[in-house]
Order: sequence, then C-alpha cells, then structure tokens
Amino acid sequence: MNRRFLVRLLPAILPLALVAILTLYSPRAASQEAKPSSTEVKVDNFAFAPQTLTVSANSTVTWVNKDDVPHVIASDQGVFKSKALDTDDKYSYTFTKPGTYTYFCSIHPKMTGTIIVH
Amino acid sequence: MAKNLLDRHSGGVIEHDHNNDGIDRRGFLKCMAWAGTGAFCLMQGGVLRSFALPFRNHSGDKSGNLGELSFVQISDSHMGFNKPANPDVVATLKAAVDKINALPQQPEFILHTGDISHLSKPEEFDNVDQILKATNKEIFFVPGEHDVLNDNGAMFRERYGKNSKGDGWYSFDKNGTHFIGLVNVLNLKAGGLGALGSEQLEWLEDDVRHLKSSTPVIVFAHIPLWTVYPRWGWGTEDSAQALSYLKRFGSVTVLNGHIHQTMQKVEGNVTFHTACSTAFPQPAPGTADGPGPMKVPADQLRSVLGITDVNYVQKRHALALVDSSLA
Repeated sequence: MNRRFLVRLLPAILPLALVAILTLYSPRAASQEAKPSSTEVKVDNFAFAPQTLTVSANSTVTWVNKDDVPHVIASDQGVFKSKALDTDDKYSYTFTKPGTYTYFCSIHPKMTGTIIVH
Repeated sequence: MAKNLLDRHSGGVIEHDHNNDGIDRRGFLKCMAWAGTGAFCLMQGGVLRSFALPFRNHSGDKSGNLGELSFVQISDSHMGFNKPANPDVVATLKAAVDKINALPQQPEFILHTGDISHLSKPEEFDNVDQILKATNKEIFFVPGEHDVLNDNGAMFRERYGKNSKGDGWYSFDKNGTHFIGLVNVLNLKAGGLGALGSEQLEWLEDDVRHLKSSTPVIVFAHIPLWTVYPRWGWGTEDSAQALSYLKRFGSVTVLNGHIHQTMQKVEGNVTFHTACSTAFPQPAPGTADGPGPMKVPADQLRSVLGITDVNYVQKRHALALVDSSLA
C-alpha cells in the first residue's frame, strides 16, 4: 500500500526535486542571489540615489520621493512616466528588456538618473 | 554667483564675472542705486527694499505718455504645502492679501507668477481663488511647474488661461505699458532648464512687432528668464532668444518667481527681478545641498515671505519696485 502510493507519486515529486536541486546549485541562480537586491531609488534633495542603478532583466525598480516637493519620474525616451509623486509617494516600473534607460524629473529637469538592465 | 550678489551692495558699475546665463552681454552690468543700506539681506532681516527703474521715454515727451501704473506681483503660494517650512500656507497667503489691501496706493491689478498650487489639485486652486478674492483685483496668472503636474497644464489653462495662446502665453496693455505673460515650465528636456519653445518664441516676436520702441514692456513668467543658478535649474534655456526680440525697447522689466527670494539684475535696457514666495523660503544659490523648502524659526517665517509692489512714478519717469515682507 505504502510502496504503491510512493511509486504513484514519483512522477510528481521528481521534477520538483530536480528544480529544487537546480535552484540551489546552479551557478546562475547563485550569482543572482549574490547581487545586491536593492532596486529602490531614493529621490532626495533634488537628486536620485543611486544616480545609476544596475539591475537584471525583469527587475522592478521603485522610486520613493523623500523630498518636501513633488517630483515626476520620466524616461528620456518616453518609455515610462510616473504621475507627480508627493512626499513618500512611490512609483514602480518593471524593466523587461536589457538596455540603458536614462530618465529625469520632468518638472526639475536638472535631476537625471540611469537604470542599466542586464 | 555669490560674488555678484555681494557686489550689488557697491551700487555702481560692476564687471560681471558670473556666467552661464546665455545673455548677450555688453561687458558691464549697471547696478542701480539702492534705497536702503544693506537692503540685499532681505532673507535675513526682512528689510524693506526698493529700487527705481528708469523709464526712458524715447519720444522726449516730458509730460510722459504713460498714465499712472500700479500693480502688485505675488508668487509661489504653493497651496496644499503643509511641511515644516510652513505648515499654514493659507495664513501666509491671507497675510499677503492683507498687505496688498493695506497699500497706500491701491494697485490696479495683480500678477501671480506661478506655483499657485503645490500639487495641481482643483481644491488647491479653489482655495487660492477664494483667498485672493478679498483683494477685489483683476489677477493675471502664469503657471509654475507645480500647476501643470499630470495634465501638461490643461486644468491651469481652463481656469486661468481662457484667452491665452499655445501652452498659456498671452499679452495685454495697461496704461501704455505692454505686459507679456510667458510659460516656461512645460516640455522641459532632461538635464536642461526652464524652456519657452519655438512656438512661443515665434508668437513673442510677432506680438511685439507692432509696438513702438518707446513702449515700456513688462514680461512675467515663473522660472527666471536669466540664469540665476543653473545647477538648481534656476534659469531658462532659450531666454536669450526671447530677450533678443526686446532689445529695441527702451525699458524692459522681467518679473519672475520660482526661487522664493528676491534677486535682481539690470543689464542694459532690461531689469530682472524675482519675487518672494507667500509660502516658504528657499536657500540662496549654492548655500545648501539642494533648492528645497528652507525651514526658518517660526517667528522669522513672515520676514522671508513677501509681495512686490510696482509703481510708475510719474514725476521721475521711473518704475519703482518695492519688495515688502509679510512680517
């Protein structure tokens, strides 16, 4: 009874076990875990910090406005644009394609930043 | 820049050494004689400051072809702002209204040079409209960047720019003086300053074409039309182009807001002046990490906020600008 039950379960368990093993031991997964996982950009004192942020594809970057005045996050190439962010408001965008994305604050255009997606 | 500001105390002619403002220079800046000593320190002392702009009358008509002219500039009311730099912008805007209503010579009208609201919300605009009603004056507005968030200024134009062109620019005449309201807070480019854009520049060139060179011209816009401090974006990319259309005029006065402090410069026939905010002060150029709202002790706040009263003084053929604090 017990044995037959296990045999019947094997096809379901095996792939799961394989995935678990691959996830734990594949060098690719390991290197992803080692990367700084921070995908937050602080908007503070009329500047973006970090000014340049490198992330892997499909990462979601979140901007948080720490200033007393609103800011607008806008891609130079028109790829993304937030609404006006008041103090402590956040805006997120998921970068699916690798590339270099430059952006600025559309109401304070001296504020510029870059997201590099690998 | 700091040197230039300090130099202004000396009053006479100074050789300019600050730069990056893109304006065609003639080598020297002529500073006006200042009424009131140490008057530059409005930021610290809340001192009343005034100066006179000569209104050159090219027709030689000594009686003056101008009527009386009196108006007030207010700026940067930032309705909706509630941070420590000023938790009560309603009260300070009301104080500005009281100040206007108490002026010995009542202004005919008011110019508001933008950032009416803090977040472009309808209720913020409503609130300002309601408070300014107590002046019983006609008010002319140009938008600040805080008034055009999220909709490229559609709501602003709906409320304040019904007769304006393009993004909201317009002109009108009062008592022989030509007033031009410009918009330099839209379609800004990454890394750049304020911008007027080619469509507005073409309109401006055409707008002043029919005017006699003796007509006094007053230009008002939110971001300064001279480069105050480019690192903080305090300037306008294509202002030199705009000013080139105004070169032939005997007297040009440019009134701006945005930097929440008074500052002025005279260059040839053009006098530039920025007004205080009615909401909160900002640091002098380069004196802080960024240009954000500056917190001062509560009992000093009103000394760094203010209004600008502009009067044409008939006897002297001069336009007098008086900045007075709300203290």
